[in-house]
Amino acid sequence: MASSSSGGSGSGSEMQRTAQHRISVIAGHLRRPAEGDVAVRAEECKAPQSRLEASGDGRTVPMKRHEVMKWNGWGYSDSRFLFNKKGQAEFTGKRYKLSGMILPALKDWFEGTFGASLQHKSPATPLLNTSAVQAPTLNQDFVEELKSIGVPFSHEAEDRAFRGHGHCLHEIFALREGKIGRVPDMVVWPNCHNDVEKIVALACKHNVCLIPYGGGTSVSSALECPPEETRSIVSLDTSQMNRILWIDEKNLTAHVEAGIIGQDLERLLNESGYCTGHEPDSMEFSSLGGWVSTRASGMKKNIYGNIEDLVVHIKMVTPQGVIEKSCQGPRMSTGPDIHHFILGSEGTLGVVTEVTMKIRPVPEYQKYGSVVFPNFEQGVACLREVAKQRCAPASIRLMDNEQFMFGHALKPQVSSIFTSFLDGLKKFYITKFKGFDPSRLCVATLLFEGNREKVLQHEKQVYDIAAKFGGLAAGEDNGQRGYMLTFVIAYLRDLGMDYYVIAESFETSVPWDRVLDVCRNVKARVVRECKDKGVQFSPLSSCRVTQTYDAGACVYFYFAFNYRGLSDPVHVYEQVEHAAREEILANGGSLSHHHGVGKLRKEWMRETVSEVGVGMLQSVKDYVDPKNIFGNRNLL
Amino acid sequence: VSYKDLRGMKDDEFVDILEERRCSSDLGHAFRTFNPQPYKGGPPCSAADLNKALLDSHFLHRVVKEVAMETGSSQEKVMEEAGEILVEMSHNLHLPFIRLMGYTFSKVIKRLFTSIFVNMDGLNTLQQAVQENPVILMPNHRSYVDFLIISYILFTYDIPVPVIAAGVPLAEMKIVGEILRRSGAFFIRRSIGSDKLYWAVLSEYVRGIVRHGFAPVEFYVEGLRSRTLKSLTPKLGMMQMVLEPYFKGEVFDITLVPISISYDRVLEESLLARELLGVPKPKESTAGLLKASRVLQEDYGSMQVNFGQPLSVRKLCEGKINRSYYNLVPRDLPMKPSAEALACVSWLAHVVVGLQERGSLISPWSLMACLLIQEPTTVLAEQGLLWDDLTEKTLWLRKMVLDFGARLNWPGEAPNSAVMSSAISLHRSIVYLKAGRVYLTQEEVPLRRHRISPEEGVFRTAVPVLMLAAYRNQSLHALVRPAMLAMSICITRSTQRDELFRFFCFLQEVFANEFIFIPGNLSQDFEEACLCLNSCGAVYISEQEVRVSEQSSEVITFLQKLLQPFIDSYQLIFRCVCEEEQVQVFTEKQFLAAVRALALKLILSGELHTYETLSSDTQKNVLSALCRLEAVAKSEINEFKVNKAAVRRITDALCKSRQGSITIFNYNYSVSSIIQVQLQLH
Ligand SMILES: Cc1cc2nc3c(=O)[nH]c(=O)nc-3n(C[C@H](O)[C@H](O)[C@H](O)COP(=O)(O)OP(=O)(O)OC[C@H]3O[C@@H](n4cnc5c(N)ncnc54)[C@H](O)[C@@H]3O)c2cc1C
Repeated sequence: MASSSSGGSGSGSEMQRTAQHRISVIAGHLRRPAEGDVAVRAEECKAPQSRLEASGDGRTVPMKRHEVMKWNGWGYSDSRFLFNKKGQAEFTGKRYKLSGMILPALKDWFEGTFGASLQHKSPATPLLNTSAVQAPTLNQDFVEELKSIGVPFSHEAEDRAFRGHGHCLHEIFALREGKIGRVPDMVVWPNCHNDVEKIVALACKHNVCLIPYGGGTSVSSALECPPEETRSIVSLDTSQMNRILWIDEKNLTAHVEAGIIGQDLERLLNESGYCTGHEPDSMEFSSLGGWVSTRASGMKKNIYGNIEDLVVHIKMVTPQGVIEKSCQGPRMSTGPDIHHFILGSEGTLGVVTEVTMKIRPVPEYQKYGSVVFPNFEQGVACLREVAKQRCAPASIRLMDNEQFMFGHALKPQVSSIFTSFLDGLKKFYITKFKGFDPSRLCVATLLFEGNREKVLQHEKQVYDIAAKFGGLAAGEDNGQRGYMLTFVIAYLRDLGMDYYVIAESFETSVPWDRVLDVCRNVKARVVRECKDKGVQFSPLSSCRVTQTYDAGACVYFYFAFNYRGLSDPVHVYEQVEHAAREEILANGGSLSHHHGVGKLRKEWMRETVSEVGVGMLQSVKDYVDPKNIFGNRNLL
Repeated sequence: VSYKDLRGMKDDEFVDILEERRCSSDLGHAFRTFNPQPYKGGPPCSAADLNKALLDSHFLHRVVKEVAMETGSSQEKVMEEAGEILVEMSHNLHLPFIRLMGYTFSKVIKRLFTSIFVNMDGLNTLQQAVQENPVILMPNHRSYVDFLIISYILFTYDIPVPVIAAGVPLAEMKIVGEILRRSGAFFIRRSIGSDKLYWAVLSEYVRGIVRHGFAPVEFYVEGLRSRTLKSLTPKLGMMQMVLEPYFKGEVFDITLVPISISYDRVLEESLLARELLGVPKPKESTAGLLKASRVLQEDYGSMQVNFGQPLSVRKLCEGKINRSYYNLVPRDLPMKPSAEALACVSWLAHVVVGLQERGSLISPWSLMACLLIQEPTTVLAEQGLLWDDLTEKTLWLRKMVLDFGARLNWPGEAPNSAVMSSAISLHRSIVYLKAGRVYLTQEEVPLRRHRISPEEGVFRTAVPVLMLAAYRNQSLHALVRPAMLAMSICITRSTQRDELFRFFCFLQEVFANEFIFIPGNLSQDFEEACLCLNSCGAVYISEQEVRVSEQSSEVITFLQKLLQPFIDSYQLIFRCVCEEEQVQVFTEKQFLAAVRALALKLILSGELHTYETLSSDTQKNVLSALCRLEAVAKSEINEFKVNKAAVRRITDALCKSRQGSITIFNYNYSVSSIIQVQLQLH
């Protein structure tokens, strides 16, 4: 039953082999194996000016990001979905498993679901019109001193425009239309903690506004420059602080610079036989500092924990100086945990520069799986039971019927790993023989990790529980495809936008007894709001339960609609998202499980954490950053 | 037969559903394929599933635990009790019984009614609505015939048949109870009081049905059958139970469908009048039902069922309900609803009753009743009223209510005179036409008795008068707002808007048990009243003023006289409670007896002309009003204590009306030449 891609045998093999295997595991749900061979370097902090030119020394993110990534969409420039001349969907490039493949079912699903048509295109502005970018407001004294300390910087339009946004729909939509709002006036690339200290000191001295920039994957308007900001805004790009400084095999920790992005961190650790196990869906691009600043959550948190469980030590540079703990004790009773002022601070207090994280040996064995349920209610009941018995696999996610259908539309034409022959049989078995209603059934995707024997045991336990809720095992492929979906979904949004379809996702966390209610009501609210706001086509409104906890779950929603006929689609979408959030809160869901607050959800902070809570946070901000140097105005 | 009135119903197509029943087989109808589109919101479940879910629910277990603690009995025992309550309560909706019921019903209603008109687009929207959200069907309740008519119609038009809240006494009828149960009725005890366990089972039972969208839920928000054919103050218990799943976010939305059922002639008309006069209602029994079968020999004209526009609870509650109230406690924790939720429930219930009223169709006969009852009873009984005067005036009134935006069911095909005379002949139990005059019908005196006492005489007259009043009441909803304004004009003799508005509010307050107004809607009601009077030319309105136009004073007079019986009754009863010299404290029974005695005395002495004062409904309404106005306090043991000063204050405020009515008589009331003095209470 084990999938061919995860056939490592646990026979006491050396680190090297395990690491090799680990790389292919990540590739299993993410991308092709890395080509460059990059070693861990515990080097001194130098800030060579020359590195500005030498982009891409094996790391994924160069200083000139726009040379490899889209300036107005998701991900790598060479990878995108398109409908080819025959009207078939394909995924370009060479990076991913899906690259170069045809997805024959996507067109019909797309046209059918959205009432969209390949005839009706809404292409993006292909090139950034640099003249549309406002001239930078520079603080000359700051610039001069910056030069003297030798930290690279730029005020080119491309660099600035790239760092003026995250990946909210409204941000990307505007870029596609060639609209550029307030963007940072310059970008600086510190190379290490010391560089950051110097930059922050200069910013305080010259009253310049600093906005830390990690991977740029924010989905809370956290990176947007406040339009009312009159000072010079400097984007502090952490991408060059990307080294693993040391690995401590006795304590199983690694000390890492905060600018490292997820895939590089995992790859480098894997080479030494370790991993962090922190895999947010954005891990290809998001950074360690970003995770800390937003309280990120990874897919495999059931084994490894969320970011707050993973960090042992954090160093942050603030206008008041550096904040850090004096030791690396695994737990302390020393008053409120100062880490928790930093975790989730969203760049409002300072720059996270270095983090000590827990690491684990790379698991020897990994296996996907899936279960089909007759309906979503049964599926949720099963997840609840799994959580109750505390036997959740590394990942367990439950997709609703709409997403199940969507997943099917993404089946590639021919491929070794996606069997197609069996699917037909399975479908027949499930719908005809078992009597599942195809318009109600839903699927849970599973990922098990650990030693082989335990994985198989664990697998059986979970499938046995599933059976009690009417669940039928539906194979590894369905599971694997489910996880792939999460990595390509952001690319798919760009495809939709080429054909008048806009989409967004949002998430919440909610106690178990309200999961179904939140799912139903929010989905229905989205549909009703779209209708009320004049959307002419019925929207896609879908959800999945993506994480389980002892006392509740994390729920993720997708919504998308065809906006033809609307004069201001982004405004409509914003109203719908707003209403959906109100609905979540009214039903006992949280303001956010992991995306954070940013500026997008600020208006609900007071009701979320109470008046006193807001006051508490405000007083910390007032002490740490009285001049509001970290002026991105998130959270409060 | 499609059938429209001159206005109001323009866009609704009313179809006579009996027409098809008369030309095709009832058996065929009963065995038609019934394949309704179900609620899409959740997987289908059975009645047994629902009951099991209820007994397994954490909610019930919590309550059982509490009750066991409080009563000292074991949890098993209490649980058993809960099970028994559920057995007594639960419906057992069963398609074959719906068919059986359908068959029988076809036979019976074809006998009783000439036609049953139903608005088709109402049914079409309902068909859609039941698929989207849990639906609550909320008909008014004017006759026992109401009970299954909705199920019958839905069955005929392929819409899921409802489960229906009914009183336990119905369940106790042999066979019939079981048939009803299998036709979807579930049974609620009359007086639940503070029986915690019963409340728990009932409320969870109802919520379960709504949550799962098992079937539409039908219940009478008025709680009871209205004996006066007037809307009753809505009862909130059931309403709250059906709405709670929305407040708690357990369903996305709930759809309320007000349904207005109106009758040309109500089966129970004379029974109801007798009950109001104190002859107790016979207990429901199968034998009684069979005895009533002679009722089946008579003609009851047509019946109209108007399915109102579905209302979204979610939309209506926007800004009124903070659903996050429940966020910090377990969902299944028994919790008192918030004050906000209670207010919202009450408001919604009133809104529905208001819509039931607006959806009702006013019959020609009801308009005639409005006019007939304004004649002094003795005149009507002895001299009679000129038929031509009555018809002329009825047509005048028809125009007026249409101007007011009411919905009529005035048949368009027949000449007006034929419409009216057929109305009279349908209602020969109340009035009859002889030699160009209309007289009040009085029951024949049994031959072997030579004399009847004067008191008996009053009751004999009172029966048809109360029946007449009931049919008048069918039109009241369309007239009451302008009538209150007319009354305010007469009493205050002011033209100032704000003064009139103040008095208008006072009247609403006093008569809140008599006429149903939506709480917090005073300004709109007043505005509507002004526009109505303006639309028929009775008043001119400006920013500050409402001025009576001299030519149309008859409108004002008519409307004022429409309300006069209520004013008179209230005043008399106020006087009665103040006069009771020695007794300060009384029970409801004593109160009713005292009022009746006084009213009887004054009617006999010719001082009181309003037979409606004899109606126990009026009497109880006054008592409730006094309690609400805090002029009477109700004790724990259901005794009432009067605050005479407070009652006098209210009386005084209303008392101005005596002058008011006298002033009115100076207007030239052209049609009726036989106006008598209204009421003299000295
Ligand atoms: C397709 C997609 C999938 C996603 N999936 C997940 C997921 O599975 N789990 C999850 O948790 N999130 C997810 N996210 C959200 C996002 O990836 C996370 O919020 C992530 O933690 C942001 O990291 P970043 O490095 O991109 O930060 P950025 O977007 O660059 O910045 C985010 C915020 O953190 C601040 N910040 C960044 N770096 C630092 C630093 N070193 N010091 C101080 N402040 C800093 C910024 O000022 C900003 O306010 C997803 C987003 C997308 C677009």
